[in-house]
Amino acid sequence: MTNTAFNPRSLLASDVGGRRLLMVLLAIAIFVPILNLAVPESSVFHVSTYTVSLVGKYLCLALLALAVDLIWGYCGILSLGHGAFFALGGYAMGMYLMRQIGDRGVYGNPELPDFMVFLNWQELPWYWSGFESFGFAMLMVLLVPGILAFIFGLLAFRSRVTGVYFSIISQALTYALLLAFFRNDMGFGGNNGLTDFKDILGFSLQSDATRATLFSLTAIALLLSYLLCRWIVDTKLGRVLIAIRDAESRTRFTGYKVEYFKVFVFVLSAMIAGVAGALYVPQVGIINPGEFSPLNSIEIVVWVAIGGRGTLYGAVLGALLVNYAKTYFTGAMPEVWLFMLGGLFVISTIYLPKGVVGVFQKFKSKVAVEPDDPSIQSKEAAS
Amino acid sequence: MRYYLKTLAFMCLALIGLCSQVSFSQEQNFAQTLTFDQITEQLITAKQTKQKTLLIEQLAAIDDERKQLLLEDLQQGSFYYRKEDKRPVYITREESGYALTDVLSGEAYGVVKKTTVRKVSINNTLRKQLRTVLAWVSLSDEDVDIRLGAATELLKSPDSANIELIKSVLAEEKNPAVKVVLQQTLAVIYLASEVESERLVAIADLEEIQNKEVMQILANMLEQNEAGEFSEPSEKVRAAAESALNGMRSEEKFYSVVENLFFGLSLGSVLLLAAVGLAITFGVMGVINMAHGEMIMLGAYTTYVIQILMPNYIEMSLLIAIPAAFLVSGMFGIIIERTVIRHLYGRPLETLLATFGISLVLQQMVRSVFSPLNKTVITPEWMSGSMQINGFLSLTNNRFYIIIFSLIVLLGLIFLLKKTFIGLQMRAVTQNRAMANSMGIRSNWVDALTFGLGSGIAGIAGVALSQLTNVGPNLGQAYIIDSFMVVVFGGVGNLFGTFFAAMSLGVANKFIEPMAGAVLGKIIVLVFIILFIQWRPRGLFALKGRFVED
Repeated sequence: MTNTAFNPRSLLASDVGGRRLLMVLLAIAIFVPILNLAVPESSVFHVSTYTVSLVGKYLCLALLALAVDLIWGYCGILSLGHGAFFALGGYAMGMYLMRQIGDRGVYGNPELPDFMVFLNWQELPWYWSGFESFGFAMLMVLLVPGILAFIFGLLAFRSRVTGVYFSIISQALTYALLLAFFRNDMGFGGNNGLTDFKDILGFSLQSDATRATLFSLTAIALLLSYLLCRWIVDTKLGRVLIAIRDAESRTRFTGYKVEYFKVFVFVLSAMIAGVAGALYVPQVGIINPGEFSPLNSIEIVVWVAIGGRGTLYGAVLGALLVNYAKTYFTGAMPEVWLFMLGGLFVISTIYLPKGVVGVFQKFKSKVAVEPDDPSIQSKEAAS
Repeated sequence: MRYYLKTLAFMCLALIGLCSQVSFSQEQNFAQTLTFDQITEQLITAKQTKQKTLLIEQLAAIDDERKQLLLEDLQQGSFYYRKEDKRPVYITREESGYALTDVLSGEAYGVVKKTTVRKVSINNTLRKQLRTVLAWVSLSDEDVDIRLGAATELLKSPDSANIELIKSVLAEEKNPAVKVVLQQTLAVIYLASEVESERLVAIADLEEIQNKEVMQILANMLEQNEAGEFSEPSEKVRAAAESALNGMRSEEKFYSVVENLFFGLSLGSVLLLAAVGLAITFGVMGVINMAHGEMIMLGAYTTYVIQILMPNYIEMSLLIAIPAAFLVSGMFGIIIERTVIRHLYGRPLETLLATFGISLVLQQMVRSVFSPLNKTVITPEWMSGSMQINGFLSLTNNRFYIIIFSLIVLLGLIFLLKKTFIGLQMRAVTQNRAMANSMGIRSNWVDALTFGLGSGIAGIAGVALSQLTNVGPNLGQAYIIDSFMVVVFGGVGNLFGTFFAAMSLGVANKFIEPMAGAVLGKIIVLVFIILFIQWRPRGLFALKGRFVED
């Protein structure tokens, strides 16, 4: 069952959920822009730009959830700091977009972004150089999260920091970054972050066509990332990852360099998260330090848990479902939303260990699954 | 005839002598026996300044509660007498006239016309005397605060006329704080002296007293004006002042380190209080309780509710809130354990998510019940204020109490775990659940109690935190990451490690802060912990032994 070549058809042969997901993605990547741009607004089939942006945002978050599922579902690494990589990718994109504003800012300074003029900075800090080039910025979208993940992962995994310890220090990482990006002296706009973007590669961010294109790009990025992740987990590499998840010590004793596998998949996941952030920023029009908040990172994990951990498409489904519910409830009943989200956490962990996807599978197979009473396992496992 | 004249002259002399003799003895008499009423009466009739001076001296010496008021009113010129019966009164000026109060009985006579009363006049000589006398009266008061206030008053306007007075009071004074101020006043007076040697002595005296004002005085002496002249002419005195100043500067540096240490320890105590409950649930039970912060928040809100319920007993409210918060948070903890965590033992990552969900629910619950706004928790009087240790160091009471309180909580907890039967059961279940079960320990029950204990301690931490920060729905979130850092840094399952980690992180934070700023300081500490975990993945004081699972 192990594929070595990257062949989408054989990859998805046994992945029914993934196949359906990809078909839907492909369909919306093609049709949503058409329905948005070509169909007149009076028509029933018209998709408003607002919806396009909203769904585009969901797809970015779904991509982020996919990245988390890759490490948590298949390698057992629970990162509570994945929002940091997402935000770093977003900042890299934001910096490019900031440089594109040029002299159209409030202060009209051709070199410096508004907030730097406001803070009386005389010249662009060195780490901002290069971001006027789109290619360089896109490289940074991948490299900045990647390098941070590499250093952090290498340090952590080589010292065999595992389980909850890793979760807690990854949370500390994003918390430290949160505090750092809140500082004005960092040169990333402090509290307000980067915003007031004008255009990307010369196309105005306000125009419907740009938005629809971004939407399609996001859907395609999700599609490709999904295939990449599916390919990785289906190869021998993926088998090793699963082995690490289930019995790390045993895998190590079998002769695998566990830490390198973990670092590899962690860096890859961080890069996917960075891409998600980079796609997210032009669509929502702002990136601020709030994205680093530990709460956000935990929420990502919840999307994955609710959708179904270790299935990839479950993560995507979970992200879409929870975020849709969030948009709906924070609008309709803001008081209830946190009760709901909190309740979802509890219910999904206790009663839906395999998430929504697990429920569907249960219905479908109609065969009694092996008794899955956590209270019986728990006592033995804890001792 | 000559004889006659001689006799007459002698008789006259004798008469004068006799008269003076009589008047002298009268004066003696008057000094010893005059009462407050008599002095008052004579003050009204006395015409000459000399007489009044004597009377004021007598007044200062007698033991009567009313004297201070009389002296003050005399000085302020509101001591009058009624023309008709020469009754001594105090007046308060009002639109329609003067409101009279009897000097002797304190009885109020109501408002009268200005012309019906006459002022007991005083002049500058008397005013000066009154100031000294009043200072002396206050300086010999029984209340320390009044004495301290009077001494500080003297220091503000150093006057060589007061030297004798200060010396006499200083000989009697027992309280160190008052003594220091008096000594400083004396030294400052001497410093203005024309005589070089007196100034040198004054500097030596000032060297004994260490505070920022003295440093300022000494620094002023060394200052040069535009013409290059020192404000202190003598080089010898300047040298003495400089060495005294340098000595004090190093003292100041030392005490600022002590102060930082104190702030660090108090921050550490807050961390300890917040983390010690987590050390039980996470360390002892292996449960990642993300709702731990909300247990702290519930404790803080319990304090708030207690103060609302009994507004007349604010002083006692904290003492009542401690057990109440323990019970409230403990009950919530037990409920959470029984309904959720029980199903998730051995699955730490799932526990983390479920408890995070609970924390969201609890936050929203508090928001719905109490509103999302911050609540004010009143600080009882005994918690506010500060202790002046010496001129360079004063410690705020609330921080001091929190250090003590956190240590009590920690020791209580250690006692509970190590010396009681329930503690024994808890440790047994932690170390080997199956074995503990087979020995007849009801591990379900112990689990619930342990979790309740950890949550209850968090509630107590909430009571303490309500005195330091705003009580709002997000109170807990602010502390949860720090708490985890402390527990992980100290080593899981080790209360001593938690203590050590909390204190060292607190102190480190406070020492980095002045150099790097508060936010950067915190980032540095966080990065340090992240790196530290790489070096010792199980914390500073890792548990060893075969029950430690990998």
